[in-house]
Parts: sequence; C-alpha cells; structure tokens
Amino acid sequence: MKNILVIAEHDHATLKTATLNTVSAAQSIGGEIHMLVAGNHCAGAAAASAKIPGIAKVLQVDAGHYAHHLAEDLAVLIAGLAKDYSHVLAPATTFGKNLMPRVAALLDVTQLSDIVGVESADTFVRPIYAGSLLATVQCSAPVKVITVRSTAFAAAASEGGTALIETVPAAAPLDVARFAGQELTQSERPELTAARIVISGGRGMGSGEDFKLLEDIADQLGAAVGASRAAVDAGFAPNDYQIGQTGKIIAPELYIAVGISGAIQHLAGMKDSKIIVAINKDEEAPIFQIADYGIAGDLFKVLPELFAELDKLPPA
Amino acid sequence: MKILVTVKRVADYNVKVYPKADGSGVEIANVKMSMNPFDEIAVEEAVRLKESGKATEIIAASIGVSPCQEVLRTALAMGADRAILVETGAAPEPLMVAKLLKALVEREQPDLVILGKQAIDDDCNQTGQMLAALLGWGQGAFASKLTIPGGQEIEVTREIDGGLETLMLKLPAVVTADLRLNEPRYVKLPNIIKAKKKLLTTLSPGDLDVVLATQLTTLKVTEPPKREAGIKVADAAELVAKLRNDAKVI
Repeated sequence: MKNILVIAEHDHATLKTATLNTVSAAQSIGGEIHMLVAGNHCAGAAAASAKIPGIAKVLQVDAGHYAHHLAEDLAVLIAGLAKDYSHVLAPATTFGKNLMPRVAALLDVTQLSDIVGVESADTFVRPIYAGSLLATVQCSAPVKVITVRSTAFAAAASEGGTALIETVPAAAPLDVARFAGQELTQSERPELTAARIVISGGRGMGSGEDFKLLEDIADQLGAAVGASRAAVDAGFAPNDYQIGQTGKIIAPELYIAVGISGAIQHLAGMKDSKIIVAINKDEEAPIFQIADYGIAGDLFKVLPELFAELDKLPPA
Repeated sequence: MKILVTVKRVADYNVKVYPKADGSGVEIANVKMSMNPFDEIAVEEAVRLKESGKATEIIAASIGVSPCQEVLRTALAMGADRAILVETGAAPEPLMVAKLLKALVEREQPDLVILGKQAIDDDCNQTGQMLAALLGWGQGAFASKLTIPGGQEIEVTREIDGGLETLMLKLPAVVTADLRLNEPRYVKLPNIIKAKKKLLTTLSPGDLDVVLATQLTTLKVTEPPKREAGIKVADAAELVAKLRNDAKVI
C-alpha cells in the first residue's frame, strides 16, 4: 500500500493549526503519513512537523519561489512527488483550496473538496449546497487529492514525534505569477478558526464603529471577532472576518451571533459550534431556530448589559 | 483584449434542496434554477472591462444540459457578445469542465478567462484552478479586485484567510471571482430582448475532442442531523448565568 502525503500550511517558521486537523484526517484513512513542508527557509516548520506523532517522514523543500506559497509553483512540485502516494491531503483553507485543484489537474485526477468524514480509503463524506446536504462519494482516481475541513477532524498532537527530515530538491519555477504584496489583518485576538469563543456581528450592527461593542466583549472572553457576509459587504468588518459558505468555517465551543438573521449561507459556517447564542431584535429570525440561548432584544441595549455582567463575573 | 467568462446553471440560492427519496442524489426536478451567483460577478467584471475600453469581446460559455441556454441568455443580456454551450448530460466533474474549457480556450484564444470561484450547488471551488493548471497559466483565485495596468500583466487582489494578497499575473491568465469583486447589475428588459438576437452556438464534447469520464460516484445524499432550537433568556444576566453554570463555556 502506498503512503499518504499531507501538505503542511505554514509561515516557514511555524505550522498553521489546520495542518494538524489534516493529519488527523490522514490518520483516519490509515497508512504511513509523510508531510511536505515547502517554503523558503522553512526549517522551523519542518522541525515542528517532525514532532507530530504519526508522521513518518518530513519532506523539506526550500526555494525562493516557494516563499509566498504560489499555487502555480507548488502544484508542479507536489504533482511530481504525488506519483508515489495514494492520497495527497491539504487543509480546506484558502491555501489548500487555491492549490489542490491545480495539483489534481496536473495529475489528471478529480479532486475532493472539503471532506468532513472518511468512510474508507476511497469513500468520503463532503457537504454540498452550503452544508444543507451531505454527499458520500467514492473516488476511483489512482491518487486521491483531497482538501480537509478542519472543524470535522480533531487536531492531531503536536509533540512527541521524531520523524526524519529529508531535503527534497525544488521544481523549476513556472514564472507566470509573482507576489506583489499583502495586507494582513493585525489582531491580538485569537485566530478565528482556532478560537474557543467567537462573537460575530451582522447587518444589525449598523456600522463599523459599533463593532467596537463586540470587540470589547471579545477581549473580556479571550474571543475572536467574526462577521456575516452582509456586515463585510457593508464595510463594517474586513473580508477575513467572514463566516459562512464562502468564508471561514468554524466550530468554536461558544458562538455568539449578534444582529445576524441566520441565512443558510451563514449557518453553513458556524452551525457545528458547541453552544450557539443569538442576540437579535427580530424574534422570528431563523438564527433562533438553531441557537441554544437566545435574547430577542435591541443589541445596543443588550451588548452593554452583557459587557457589565461579564465584567462582574468571578473567574471560573 | 478578448475575455472568456463561464456560467453554471444551479439551483437558485434562495431554494432549499432535499435529497431524492431513495437518497441517490439531490432532488432538483421542479426547483427554480438560476445563474450561479459567483458567475454573475464574473460576467459583471468582464462587462465592466469592456465598458472601460479594456476588453474588446466577451464570450460567455456554459457546460451542461440544454436549459443552460437560459443562463447564457442572461449573460448576453448583461453584456456578453456571444455565447457557447457545450452540451453534456448531467453536470460533469470539475476536471472534465476544465478540459472542455481548455479546448474552448484553444479555439477562441482569449487573453483572460474569468470564472466564479465556486458553484453553490457542489461547492467544489476547483474549476478555475484546474483550467489554469491545464493551460499552464497563472491564476488569481478568489479575486476581490482586478486591475489591468496595460501591457502583459494583470494585478489581482485575492481574499485569503489572513486578509488580502496581491499577485501580478502574466497574460493570458485565469481569474476566479469572489463576492466583493463587484456588485452585478440588474438586467434591463430591452437588454433581455436584445440578447435573444445574439449568437449562441451549441457544441458537443466530441466537437472539442474531449472524451468525458467520471472518477466520482455519489453513493448517497443525506440531510445532516438537525440542531434543536434552545431557549429564550430574558436578559444578559440570565444569559451569563446559563453560559457559566449550565453550558460551562465561560
């Protein structure tokens, strides 16, 4: 039986947490797991990968043209390596979604997006129609190229392993795309997809300034701040706050939806949260149908009260 | 500059879909069908490029059953110049769609292909990236801004998990549209009438020398477990007490 290759998402120095969820999906397929860490001066990320129990071998590739994880160049590298593997997995983040279809096309195989379950080595479960349906699909491709929804698989342990790190040569650059810059949202708060608590605002917030009300509560709870598509479209919050079918998919322990009506496209991004709280002035808003606790009331009255209540709460 | 823009016919985004009674697939008979919303954004972007004098011709393409002509007519009404339907049976897998589009690209020689980033039915988010790979072109996936400074490159701003990223792509290139690339126009009645007179060509996969194959079999389609509605609480104080004492999450 051939081995499984997991593509690490990293910033050269450290691994992104979704990589650990992807390892966990690979473990449920079964077989020896190798991890590819391709970047520029990425020894740090390779060393972190080698410590994951269950990783048998780390393939480290360093080259200037992998510095910005361009799909054009990484796909050529991965397609070259993939012939020796039965499965190639990456997280279903914007990194993986950008890259893996390109890998699959170079290998002339189909691709499976966003799997949430592993039935067997060739059969997987994936959401369709914004998660309102689940499809079980069997794949006959000689290499299964897969992106993994991180909320559906627990993060693998990150300490205790001692995998071998092997240096692999880079593939030639394709030279069709070049990185020109980035604007990353700076925040002291936890990353949205990894946060234990998330508080999100929708169109009901009324303005970007009023997101401050959410941020104050987020800071009390050590939470991340999210937004519905409507709030992002209206300019209340940056694009990387968006939760939903086409934004981020999250499943925190506590999700607080404020001024969000609960369109199916939004629910697709958060309905697997453990506890859902909804605050909305419209008692009929669909969000209440899936909320564990709801307050039907004016958020501009409820949020300051919530802040005051949390402020006087003794430490747990 | 010649632009190829792709449109898919999908169940309307407002429609709730159900599994077929035998669980073998999705019941879409008698469901309202529309143009995939991301493809509307793609068409709009192409039309704006033509209106600003950057593009000279827009070809809209769709792949699928004969009624896909409806979404092509919508694209023509939005401002595409002509349309091509590659008629197939049920919707082919994204790799096959990419192969058919590659053959169309070779036939039409566009400088830019704009697609929606994903279809809201299968939620695959694959076809644009696959097409770019098959052509050996650069890809600007999940684009929220597209500028054509002139010459041989385009600048694409992409929505990524941490924020925004800007790439320069050599032409020809593939771009996939994200939500905030633009806001598509409403189609006006006179344009719908005009669109009926525009050229719509139908081809078969055989005309493009592509043999369709499948690598995926849907074994079953089910509804995920439903989440039960919980309780309403009176105020913030009660909420905090519940979250602390019952749910134990704060």
